[in-house]
Amino acid sequence: MLLKLLRTALVAGAVLCVPFAASAQDLTVGLSANVTSIDPHFHALSPNNNIAGHIFDRLVHQDERQKLTPGLATEWKVLDDTTWEFKLRQGVKFHDGSDFTADDVIASLKRVPWVPNSPSSFALYMRAIKESQIVDPYTIRFTTARPYPLLPVDLANIFIVSRKAEQAPTGDFNSGRATIGTGPYRFVEYLPGDRIVLQRNDNYWGPKPPWPRVTMKLITNDPARVAALLAGDVQIIEAVPTQDISKLKNNANVQLWRIISNRLIYLHVDSFRDQTPLVTDKAGAVLPNNPLKDARVRRALSKAINRPAIVERLMEGEAIPAGDLLPDGFFGASPKLKPEAFDPEGARRLLTEAGYPNGFGLTINGPNDRYVNDEKIVQAIGPMLTRIGIATKVVTEPWATFASKGSAPNYAYSLMLVGWGSGTGETSSPLRSLLSTVRPGFGGSNRGRYSNPKLDAVLDEALATVDDEKREKLLQDAGEIAMNDVAIIPLHYQVNVWATRKGYAYTPRTDENTYAFEVRPAK
Amino acid sequence: MTVFIIRRLMQSAFVLLIMSLLVFVGVFAIGNPVDILIAADADQAERDRAIAALGLDLPLWEQYLVFLKNAAHGDLGKSFVFNQPALQLIVDRMPATLELAFSAMVIAILLGLPLGMYAGFQPHSRTARAIMAGSILGFSLPTFWVGLMMIMVFAVQLGWLPSTGRGATATVLGIKTSLATWDGLAHVLLPAINLALFKLSLVIRLSRAGMRENMLMDYVKFARAKGLSMRRVIFVHVLKNILIPIVTVLGLELGSVIAFSVVTESVFAWPGMGKLIIDSINRLDRPIIVAYLLITVTMFIVINLVVDVLYSVLDPRVRLAEAKA
Repeated sequence: MLLKLLRTALVAGAVLCVPFAASAQDLTVGLSANVTSIDPHFHALSPNNNIAGHIFDRLVHQDERQKLTPGLATEWKVLDDTTWEFKLRQGVKFHDGSDFTADDVIASLKRVPWVPNSPSSFALYMRAIKESQIVDPYTIRFTTARPYPLLPVDLANIFIVSRKAEQAPTGDFNSGRATIGTGPYRFVEYLPGDRIVLQRNDNYWGPKPPWPRVTMKLITNDPARVAALLAGDVQIIEAVPTQDISKLKNNANVQLWRIISNRLIYLHVDSFRDQTPLVTDKAGAVLPNNPLKDARVRRALSKAINRPAIVERLMEGEAIPAGDLLPDGFFGASPKLKPEAFDPEGARRLLTEAGYPNGFGLTINGPNDRYVNDEKIVQAIGPMLTRIGIATKVVTEPWATFASKGSAPNYAYSLMLVGWGSGTGETSSPLRSLLSTVRPGFGGSNRGRYSNPKLDAVLDEALATVDDEKREKLLQDAGEIAMNDVAIIPLHYQVNVWATRKGYAYTPRTDENTYAFEVRPAK
Repeated sequence: MTVFIIRRLMQSAFVLLIMSLLVFVGVFAIGNPVDILIAADADQAERDRAIAALGLDLPLWEQYLVFLKNAAHGDLGKSFVFNQPALQLIVDRMPATLELAFSAMVIAILLGLPLGMYAGFQPHSRTARAIMAGSILGFSLPTFWVGLMMIMVFAVQLGWLPSTGRGATATVLGIKTSLATWDGLAHVLLPAINLALFKLSLVIRLSRAGMRENMLMDYVKFARAKGLSMRRVIFVHVLKNILIPIVTVLGLELGSVIAFSVVTESVFAWPGMGKLIIDSINRLDRPIIVAYLLITVTMFIVINLVVDVLYSVLDPRVRLAEAKA
């Protein structure tokens, strides 16, 4: 009876499914992270920005390698060191048919710091702007307090909404009432935790996207997302889990798209305190002097780590050993910096040289739900350090507790695994947040409180140098100073992997975004 | 009975108060939500602004008092992440979870009761043994694994059913439900079976045990001796008696299915409350966690109350006024 009933039910289900197979014209995307708001100014969170990028444009866009390209601004130039002029695109229409002009830009910039209850405000990206001035409806000038070369990069984070939405609360964006942008897709429906439905904007100023209707499904469970692709319920998924990659490679119905990511996985080292809580002697008593303050000890840790093994075994080859803040080819990455070679003997020698011939005791901490294979990586590093004489304990926990304990003002850890994705696509972002001395506007994520006046000086100069060529040289210098001092221990750069059904193509992006308008029918 | 219900409700209010306090302190002990919510490149000034914006700059006891004051007016706070009232967010997700829970319960009862009764009636037959072996599997296989296997077989290999998500909805009596459309039913089938498996096994075991126990009782012999047909004895007299423990257990199970179908909901990307709570815990979205647990506790209290009342209907010997909660 059970079987019969099941069979009947299944057959019925099978019959039911057929009429609902989406038409070939539509695209369904499987996203890996939750979208919590459609308001593009409410929460600076990548999954939200990913959706906003479909509905809204920015003055400046980033291509798939995060190079700046014209968005709603067609060109921008520096008039003097502190004044920038942006020429706006003409003939652009909002989804409601109204014209886009400089007023909308000003309204958006006013709305950003205004949005109530924002857990992480986009005002961060306009803190350099002292004054905005409309020259004519298609020209706008920004004045900064001091020379600020990153203004276009920062503006690539700020979505332009219609001036009608200047005072619209977040709820009006989620319901669609205020969700009026200029982007390639217009908003249809947002079902929290379930899906976002979008309709093509046929009047888009840029290339016309191939899909009239797009459904972004939120499938946060990794195996379920892969299954949805295999079942054909979605045509593209992001964040393909590394353990499924070899299986998908051999599947004739699936194609993988990959690119190196802007996300560095690294170890942050407490090089600040004289006594650090989790570095002990072998008996477990906290050492009177923090050995991690000594660059030789930090280098020994770095030499003890077998990066190629982590990449091959744990990451299934979907990562690249790192020796810098960003992979080669990104603005500010230094061609001179190479990954530290695996050299346990050299590491022991350095430890002896630093006065720790018998090593010491150490706890390495890491999250277990944040980065690709984060827990496994920490578990692999533990024994590698133990091998050079540093008796290492491994502790992992959910990001929810790890983030609080490891950051200001708690700083509970001595050595921890963290990741950093450079939203700006250049090295000033990690230099400023991870490596600069903790001071107003700097060192916000410097969990090791590394501090090096020489580095700060070069970084400050770079951040005040508007000339791109000179600035890149300075950023490279700053990166070299930090890396040669082993300010952090870089492990690898993640590789971003998308999988599509056969017949679809995607241009993979270093910034992990999944844009439906960049999915194409494969030739 | 009225006295009984009133006393029960007063106790409940006290439980809710303790509950909210525990959650408040618990979330505070886990960590600072701002560390998780804030953009990585934010600086200290932005951090301070966010802390103030979310009301986390006040000392904990003051935050709790603010919460109590608002709760007295029916406002359980706004989600940090969604910037919408927590209560509304949960209620919005409720239909999805309820339809999944009820589908699962219906499957469990409609299949479990007859199967269990049969297994109890003919305990030594081959079919009965197969049923019992099956129920052991239903108990012991982990839900997430069964869910994934069902997706692999029925969605990926056979392609009969959709793999994840909730189907199209239609509005029936003012409630948006996917049980009213064919597409919705096709989507609900796999997760409902997945969620039902454990309850199904439970119902099978309970009804089998009840059946075996009751069949030996004197009243059955008497009824048979009186000349009643076996059919009437089983489906009228025995059924009534074995339903009492089943109603009690299923009542509690219904509560847990609604409140904690987290695993099934994440495997099938089902946009219900279970997924909301687990996401909220990971993001330390305290208003949602507090509101969710308060609702859950309320729900359990109500279900228990209903079960007690049902009990007295099924078994007239039970007098509620005497049963002191």
